[in-house]
Parts: sequence; structure tokens; C-alpha cells
Amino acid sequence: MLILTCPYCGVKADETELSAGGEAHLKRFGPGSSEDEFEGYLFVRENPKGVHFERWRHSYGCGKWFHAARCTMTLEVFGTYPAQTFEPPQDIKDAISAKRPNWRWRDFS
Amino acid sequence: MSELAKVTRLALRGMITFRGDVSSARVKKAIKAATGAAVPKVRSISGNRDGGVAWMSPDELLLMVPYGDVQNIIADLSKALVNDHVLIADVSDARAVFRVEGVEAAQVLARVCPVDLHKDSFDIGEIRRTRMAQVAAAFWRDETGFEVICFRSVADYVEALLQRAAQATPVGALGGR
Amino acid sequence: MSTRLANGGRLIDRTKPVSFMFNGKKMGGYAGDTLASALLANDQMLVGRSFKYHRPRGIVASGAEEPNGLVNLGKGGRFEPNQRVTTQELYEGLEAASQNHFPSLEFDVGAVNAKLAKFMPAGFYYKMFIHPRPLWKHVYEPFIRKAAGLGKAPKDRDADVYEHFYHFVDVLVVGGGITGLSAALAAGRAGARVLLVEQTAHWGGRGVVDGAQIDGLDAGAWVKGALQDLEKMENVEFVSRCMAAGVYDHGYALAYERLTDHLVDKSGARHRLWRIRAAQIVTATGAIERPLSFAGNDVPGVMLASAVRDYVVDYGASVGDRTVVVTNNDDAYRTAIAMKSAGLDVPAIIDARPAAGPLADEAKALGIRVLFGAAVAQVQGGKRVTGVATCSQAGEGAMLEEIPCECVAMSGGWSPVVHLWSHCGGKLLWDDAQSHFRPDPDRPPLGADGQGFVTTAGAAQGHLSTRDCIETGHEAGAAAAIAVGLSGNSGKPAGGDAPEEAPMEPVWMMPQGAPYKLRSKMWLDYQNDVKVSDVQLAAQEGYESVEHTKRYTTLGMATDQGKLSNINGLAVLSNALGQEIPATGTTTFRPPYTPISLGSIGGEASRDLFQPLRKTPIHDWSDANGAEWEPVGQWRRVYAYKRGDETTQDAVNREVKNTREALGLLDASTLGKLIVQGPDAGKFLDMMYTNMMSTLPVGKCRYGLMCNEQGFLMDDGVVARIAEDRWLCHTTTGGADHIHAHMEEWLQTEWWDWKVYVANVTEQYAQVAVVGPNARKVLEKLGGMDVSKDALPFMQWRDGTLGGFDCRAYRISFSGELSYEIAVPASQGAAFWEALIEAGGEFGVMPYGTEALHILRAEKGFIMIGDETDGTVIPQDLGLNWALSKKKDDYLGKRGQERSNMVDPDRWKLVGLESTDGSVIPDGAYAVADGENANGQRNTQGRITSTYFSANLDRGIAMGLVKDGPNRMGEVIDFPKVDGKVVQAKIVSPVFYDPDGEKQNV
Repeated sequence: MLILTCPYCGVKADETELSAGGEAHLKRFGPGSSEDEFEGYLFVRENPKGVHFERWRHSYGCGKWFHAARCTMTLEVFGTYPAQTFEPPQDIKDAISAKRPNWRWRDFS
Repeated sequence: MSELAKVTRLALRGMITFRGDVSSARVKKAIKAATGAAVPKVRSISGNRDGGVAWMSPDELLLMVPYGDVQNIIADLSKALVNDHVLIADVSDARAVFRVEGVEAAQVLARVCPVDLHKDSFDIGEIRRTRMAQVAAAFWRDETGFEVICFRSVADYVEALLQRAAQATPVGALGGR
Repeated sequence: MSTRLANGGRLIDRTKPVSFMFNGKKMGGYAGDTLASALLANDQMLVGRSFKYHRPRGIVASGAEEPNGLVNLGKGGRFEPNQRVTTQELYEGLEAASQNHFPSLEFDVGAVNAKLAKFMPAGFYYKMFIHPRPLWKHVYEPFIRKAAGLGKAPKDRDADVYEHFYHFVDVLVVGGGITGLSAALAAGRAGARVLLVEQTAHWGGRGVVDGAQIDGLDAGAWVKGALQDLEKMENVEFVSRCMAAGVYDHGYALAYERLTDHLVDKSGARHRLWRIRAAQIVTATGAIERPLSFAGNDVPGVMLASAVRDYVVDYGASVGDRTVVVTNNDDAYRTAIAMKSAGLDVPAIIDARPAAGPLADEAKALGIRVLFGAAVAQVQGGKRVTGVATCSQAGEGAMLEEIPCECVAMSGGWSPVVHLWSHCGGKLLWDDAQSHFRPDPDRPPLGADGQGFVTTAGAAQGHLSTRDCIETGHEAGAAAAIAVGLSGNSGKPAGGDAPEEAPMEPVWMMPQGAPYKLRSKMWLDYQNDVKVSDVQLAAQEGYESVEHTKRYTTLGMATDQGKLSNINGLAVLSNALGQEIPATGTTTFRPPYTPISLGSIGGEASRDLFQPLRKTPIHDWSDANGAEWEPVGQWRRVYAYKRGDETTQDAVNREVKNTREALGLLDASTLGKLIVQGPDAGKFLDMMYTNMMSTLPVGKCRYGLMCNEQGFLMDDGVVARIAEDRWLCHTTTGGADHIHAHMEEWLQTEWWDWKVYVANVTEQYAQVAVVGPNARKVLEKLGGMDVSKDALPFMQWRDGTLGGFDCRAYRISFSGELSYEIAVPASQGAAFWEALIEAGGEFGVMPYGTEALHILRAEKGFIMIGDETDGTVIPQDLGLNWALSKKKDDYLGKRGQERSNMVDPDRWKLVGLESTDGSVIPDGAYAVADGENANGQRNTQGRITSTYFSANLDRGIAMGLVKDGPNRMGEVIDFPKVDGKVVQAKIVSPVFYDPDGEKQNV
């Protein structure tokens, strides 16, 4: 059972206080988008073995959404950061690179 | 088996949800004027029962004031912050308040909340919103115990839960006994 | 016979006799006994029957690894099957009964299976019950059901309560032997917050039994001192009778404390489940002795050598006067010496090795005969041991000598308890010298930081001497403290002794060349009756994977989960496959280490605390006034208010009619109420709802639909504009929390630059729907605000007072009647409701429940989220196109609704359905179409989504989704029922009542 640190309130939250929200950094496609774009937005996911970016909500706590970078294989957590961003912040990317050189996830590396 | 702590359901307390930019000087001033208490730091509570402010999230405070003063305070706050983007709502009737009193009070909460309640980890003046068994709750520690708040609809459940957890043998694991 | 010795027994108190019942027979023991030691003291050698062959079974072990001694324990609400006699402490009045036999333990007809053993080989169940298929249900299943399970299922409700305890520590030390105590001392001295747990009632583990010397003291004295030292440390908590059950991700661990199982007084929580978060975990879980595989090793009286000496040293209980020791290592010699010291006889030590260490000299000096290179050819006896026949280990079992005895103490070496290490991914390595798997310190379970968080020490790491155990325990404790960032001084480890021992030699079969006749009597798994020959057969039949072999033969699948049989079975399989043991590998270790009670897992969540029950402010009034409750999520809502002895249906019919004809009151407090505020709130709501909310004038209400991005309906409700920048959104009862979360999600993760705040004020208000032709009259009687048609027109709201209550009145209707919904502060809800009931007396007021609510809305063709919708329905399916704004470029779900499948003209769409015979069509019934689909199933063309008896129309009415339904008005379609009959229904408009809406707009 995971522990993730909420970047808003600093609580090292037990997984039972959190809600999982699937993959992070999705780009929304609305009316006017192509079938492929819309399919990608709704259904196509990375599902990696290794470095992954996820959305979590501190639902029993401050209620805020945040992102977590972690390894799906070892469950190592590289860091958590606020959800108001289009890509992982540099310090998170650096933390991952230190542990998993040459990692790639979508267009991030 | 013994009673770890005394669990009491308290009367309704004036409570106001405040959402806004809590770092703004105008907001800080208005909150102080309304409650007598300062905007607290992250995960903290300031003031007292008759005028307290609890940090609920980065843009949300819970103001605690005398029940009868709520409407006036909301009016004053709204007036003071008429040009600010804020949300102010009376939630006095939406919550139930409990007191868990006694030296072993932390042991009662440790039976129902996934929170480190050791005296070195959870200090007086800290507030924690968390899961209490199967519902959401928040609590803070003071000199003689804890105050617990939860939603009104589950007040009977939480009361029974705390009463049940209080009927237990202490385990001496939380320090400061 | 097994008996109590005149002297000895360090754990029992001979001044405190305790009486208990076994199979209805009264027996005596002493305080401090386990049920196992007390049974042995009463010559109860036979304690159960094995699962498959119903072989007589006696106690084999003295701890958690016991496979045989399982009993039905207790009675009534405290009855529990499969309780281990070796871990159950004796208390006055304990009642136990043996399992898996008929009619009695001594004479069991099921034992005929043993005679048929050669016809019940490995995989018997798979081979026997596969053909012919028609026998599966009525012949095989009843047979297997009868045979399945050992104990009886409890019949009564559990009389006990349970609790959880959340605990956060720097270091969790598992195991209260000398290793664990050393680790706790080291970590504690360094300043770490430590929790030390021990599964038994006693501290010190094997060291105390085996006479270890520590710092010049007897182990017992040292343990006492260590506990005193720990007691003084405020940062250390130590708990006995507390078994660490599992280690999970990120340092989560569960420990199972048995609070009252050993007591006469059962008050208070029975078990406490510690839910621990530990930064570091030290597993000092010791080792378990392995049996040896020789013919007849399952006869009662054949026991682990360590158990034999535990019973003598700890409980003063002997299995028999004469004990033959069979071993491949030096440690078992301690049993022989302990027997001699207790004044008992050891006719021989049968050592498979050619030579032994100094302990052999000690044994010889006591006059014990030691046979080297020897083996057991066959144990003699049926329900108890009468002797052993010896042979050469190197040979094929030719008998050399018969030695009469009552007890055979066997030792095949020691296997570290690696379970907790392995639960969360710790890897093992094979130790050739000791022939066991032990934790590989280089491949530990990894924590959140990617570093190992479990270390292991002592016998759990393969160290068998006192000195090594203490030193590695200390090291692990000190290292754990350093790992959590503490720099305190851990002190020095105590000095333990390390008597010289000769190496053990692996012996996986005795004798090594045993023929089938002997191999088919060598038990690996006592409880599930798996023998050496079964594993060999599985290998012959092509089972190469250890996981497959386990399931095929059932080796290690009994309630002991293979604690004794695992390594021996692996070795036999490896030999049969002609490969090394590490190449075969182990099966997976999964929590819990030993079974824990379901009650402890549930914790406080039983009886009234099973689930939170949400109550509205009007709950108590309803409860006192005939409410028949129904669960709606965690809410309890009133289904109907029953009067006198009327049936529920009568009550519903009465409520439906009365609301249309006079005045009904509905407790609508559960509906969600969300405040949405800010300069961008209008823009935001236009994205949330399919229709336009930004243009709603202040003071007015609008019904809105919410869809998810796929376009499917997720919620609906009335939105009121409170002020220029403030809206109040009503959600469904179930939607309050998740629509709040949904809004927050979009605001926080997509449009975080929009200036909008949301607050959930659902619980702040009690809301009452005042419905019916007399609705206005009752409100006017209460007085305080103008609720006339002109002052408060349909789909508007006003703040004011009614009967002295501060309120907000919404003129909205979910029934088609003249209707108001009045919100008052929750604390005023009950009083306001009672005021309405009182004032409404002259207007024929009656409260109504959710069933009437449903019928009233169905009569009007109003949809209900969760009935007409199921996560695959779009607004267009329900004829709600009028609620889809065409002016907006975007809203959640708009793009999804443009997908080809969503605009398919063949989609099933909402219609009303009238049964031709007036009956109520079964809910969920499907309308059939001509022909069959690709799977040979009848084609369908629609289904029922809502169906009720309408008292107002005196007939069944239904709504449903029908292929191209709106264009097929008047057509009759068939709905087959479960009973084979068919209901015919005419497709009609879904609005059955007052189609012009004249009643609500008055």
C-alpha cells in the first residue's frame, strides 16, 4: 500500500486517503478534433513497465489533485508535484534521471 | 478493558467555509477582523473555539465563530472582500463537533485514522483532515485532548465509532503517556 | 504413552491447575500450557485426521508450523474451526473438538480412503472428476463439497469485537527471540521509535529452551534483563501474542495481536490488527525445523526433534518414555540430551551422516547409542508409534534392527522463516552448506525511495548459533536506526556462545534408495496427504514448474501453507527432474504468515459500525412515523411511510394518489447542493452542463444535464443563479460528492487559470419538497413570504421566511404538480418538517417516500439518472436534445456525442410502454426482435428502464429504450418474462399524465 506525499499540504498520505486518477499530462481534445486525436485523449494510455506519471487526489485530506512520478515495477516514487502543469518539473525529471538514466515517457525524457 | 478517553458530542459551532487567496494581505486582514484569529500556516489552526481559523487546503479556510454571529460575520467579510474573488458559505449546520478528552485521547483516534499521532509527530495546533474509518473527518490537538469534526449526516456513526474506540486497552505506543 | 513428568516445565505453573474439554472429555492441565502440551499430558496422542486419506494425525510441532493439530474451538458465537493446538494457550473451561472424522476420532469410516490410497494419486481430483461431464453437478460436486474443508463452519454470529491500531515507527522488529531482542535494543538505544512483536506469549525463542549462554548468563536471565532495558526506553514498544502477518509496499506491515484468546474473560476486543508503517523492518523470525522423509513419518508420535524438547523443557510433557532421534544434523542431539536430563530413555540416535560433532560425544557420554550412516526403514505402529525399524541410509531399506519406542524425534535441518522477507519482493538464495533458502541481502524488498527497507537477522538469515544471532540482530537493529537517519549510540552486542557443530548433510529421502513401497508412505504434507511418491509422479507426468506441482499435488496448500513440507517437496521435485534445487525455485510466499481472523481484518466495522449510515435531519421523525427504509448509497431514504397494517404497496399507492390530489411532503435533503462562484463561474458551468447556464438570470432556475467526456449522461439537476457571480447546483443524491469532485478535477487539472471556487453545502440544509394542489395553501398558512404564482413563478427561487424559518424556496417540480422545494438550515429541518405536517393537516398532508417519487416522475416521463441511464446513454437517446445547447462551441461530452456510434439512427431511444393487459412489465425486461445473433441468441430491440404500478392511472406504466422507438408509436412489441410467458406492450409517449403540464404551472 503506497505512501505519497501531497505536495500541497505536505502530508505523507496513506493510500487509503487518496484516490487514483489515471495517467497524467493528458491533453484534452474537444469538438473539432479528429477521430484519432479524440481516441488518443480518451483511450490511448502508456501503461509502461517502469517510469510513469500518474494523477492522484488527496481526497480525504486537502482535496487537491497532484501528480506522482513513480516506477510501476518497483513502486519507487521519484517525486510528487502539483497538477497545474503541462509537463513534469525539471527537479522531478532530474530525480528520475538520477535513478533511471535514459528514461523516456511519451515526449518527456 | 478501560475507557481511554471521554468522547462528547458538542453543540453546533458557527462554521464558515472560506475559499480565496489566503496569502493576500486584504484577505488576511479581513479574516483577522472577522474571527480575531490570524490566517494559520499550512496544516495549522489558530485562535480558539470562539474565534478560530483552520487551514483546510491551500485556498480554503474553515472559520470557527460563535453560532449566532455567523450571518453578521459573513456579511462583514463579504463587504470587506467585495472586490476579491472569494467564496464564503455558512456550513455551521453541515458539521458535527466532538471532543475526545483525556491523556489517552490519541489512542482513540489511532484506532480509526491512518495518522501518526505520536506526540513528536502531531503537535498541539496542528489540524489533520483524514479518513476516520469509512468517512472523512478532521481533528486537531489541544492541551487536554482532541476536537474532531465530521459531516452532520454521519455524526451518529462517528459518535459510535469514537465511543467504541474509546473502550479499549491502551497500548502505550504513542509516547507522552 | 504421553504424559506429564513429575518435574520440569519452565512455562507452566503447577500450582494453577486448569480444566478443559476435548471431544467432550474433561481433561486437566496447568496455567501456561498450550492446548497441545495439555493434550500430550493427557495422553491424547491422536488429535485429528488428515484431509484426503483420513489418516490418524498427532501433534508434530510446537508452534505456528503445526500442520495436524487443528481443532474446532469454542462454542456458539465463539466457535471457530481449524484452530492450532500449538498456538492456543490453555484457559479454564476451554472446549475443543477434533475435526475431519466420522463418527469418531478413534474410528473414522473415511479412513477407508487410506486403503484406496493407490487409487488416489497426485492430481486425483483432476483425473477422477473430469469425466463424464453430466456427473459434474449432481454427483461430483456434492461429493467434493462433503469432502471439502476440515472443520465445521460457525453457525452463530461472531460474539466478539475487533479493532485496528494505526502505528508509525522507525523500526519494526519481528520476532522476540534473542535476535529480535538484540535488534530492538540496538535500534532503541540509537533513539529509534521501535515496535517489537512476538507471536507467542513468551520472549527469548529457542535460545531459552536450548540453554544458550549470553554474557555469562543463562539465556532466560539475559532475556529478562533485555526486557527490563527495553521497558525503560520510552521509544520502544514490545508486544507479545502479536504475529507479524504480512509486509507490504512502502513499509506497510500488518501485525495480529490476540488479546483475549488465552483468557477466560472474553470482554473487550478479541484481536487487534496493527496497521503499521515502518521506515525499516527487521525480520528476526527464526527458523523452522524440517521433517525427514521416511516411511511412516506421519504416525502419531513422530515429531520434530525441537518440538519434543520444547514439550519436555517448557511444559514438562513427554511423548513417551523412549524417544528415538533421527537426524542429519547436530542440533537434534540436544533433544536426546534433554530427554536423558529429564530422566527419559533414548534407545538410539539414528544419524544419516557418517560422523557428528562434539554433541555426539556428550550424548554418548550419557550412554546413548549413536548409529551413524543409519536411517529409518519404517516406523511401526498405527494410531501411535510402537517402534522403528532401522536400515542403512545408503541402501534400499533392508531392515537391520527393530527398536521399540513411543516417540520418534526427527530433524532434517532448519529452514529460515523467509515469509515476511519475501512478501514484498525480497529474493532468496540457496545456501548449500545448510541446504536451505535464506534471504539474499543484496536483493531486499524496495521501499518508496528505491532502497531496501527490510533486513533480516539471526536464524531467519541462516545463523544458528547464539553468538551469530545476537550479533546479526544487533547489527540489523543498529543499521535500521542509521537508515532512518539516527546517529545515537547502539551500544555493543551481548556475547553469546557458539558451541562447535559438525555440518549437516542434506537428506531428502530415507533411505536414499527407498523403493516405491516405502516412498508411498513418506509424507511431505501431513495435512493434505502429499507423499514423496506423489511429487515424483507429478514430475513424471510432466509437471516441471514448482507452482504447477504445488497445485496439482496440493503440496503446501493446506492451512499451514507448507511451512514443514515446502523445502522437502522442492528437493524431491528437483531430484525427480534431475536439477539443482535453486533451479526449481520456491513457490510464492504470500501474507498472512499464519491465518488471521476475518474479524480482525474488518476491525471496528461490524454491527452498527459495519458501514456509515447517513441520516437526514428528518431521519428520526421518519423513523418514528412508519418509514420503510431503503439504502441509497450510504444514505437511508424512506421508501414509503406505512400507516397501520397497510402493505408497502398500499402505502405507495396512497402516497402517489394523495400527492396528486392533495398534498405530499418529500424529504429531499439528500440531493447534492454545490455552490459555484467566481468571475468565470458562468463559463465553467457552460462547460459542465450541456445547456447554457451563464445566461440564467439571477433569481431563476434551470434544469441541466451533465455528461462525461464520452458524452454519456452522468448527472442532472436544477441550477439556480443566486447572484451575479454565484450559482447553486443541485445534483442527484448519489452525485453530491462525485460531482463536487468532478468539478474540482476540471478546475484543478484543466482550467486552473479560471477564477471559480466550488463548495459542497449539501449537508448544510434540510430540503423539503412540498407537492400537490394544496402546496401553495400550506405555505401561505405558514406565512412569511409571498409564494403566489406572480411572486414566485415556476422555475424561480426566493429567499425569505416561512412559519418563522429562514428559508430559500425553489419553485421546481419533479412530479408535474404544483411544487416547491424549501431549504432550511439543517438544524431547523426537523422542526420545519413538523410545522409543515401540522399546518398541512387541513390540506390532507401526507409524507411520501422514494417509491412514490419515482412513480410520480415516471407518470410524467421524467428520467432518473441510474434508471434511464447506465453509463452508455447519451441525452439524445432520452429525447433531451432540447437541453443540449447549440450555441456553445464546447461542453464536456459534446465531442463524444459526435462519434459515429452516437449518431447512429439505430440507437435505442426513450419511449413509454403500456402493457396491453395493464400489468407491470418486469424491470429490466428485454424486447425481442426477429432472428438470432451470431451467437445463436434471440435478437433484442429494447429494454425496460423504469416500470411501476401507477395508482393514478390504475395500470402498469413503463419507460424503456427501444430501437428507433420514437418513430414507432402505437406498435406492440414482446417482452418475454422469466417464467416463459410474454408481456406485450404498446409503444407510447413517455408522458402518461397531464401531457400539457397544466398542473405544475398554476
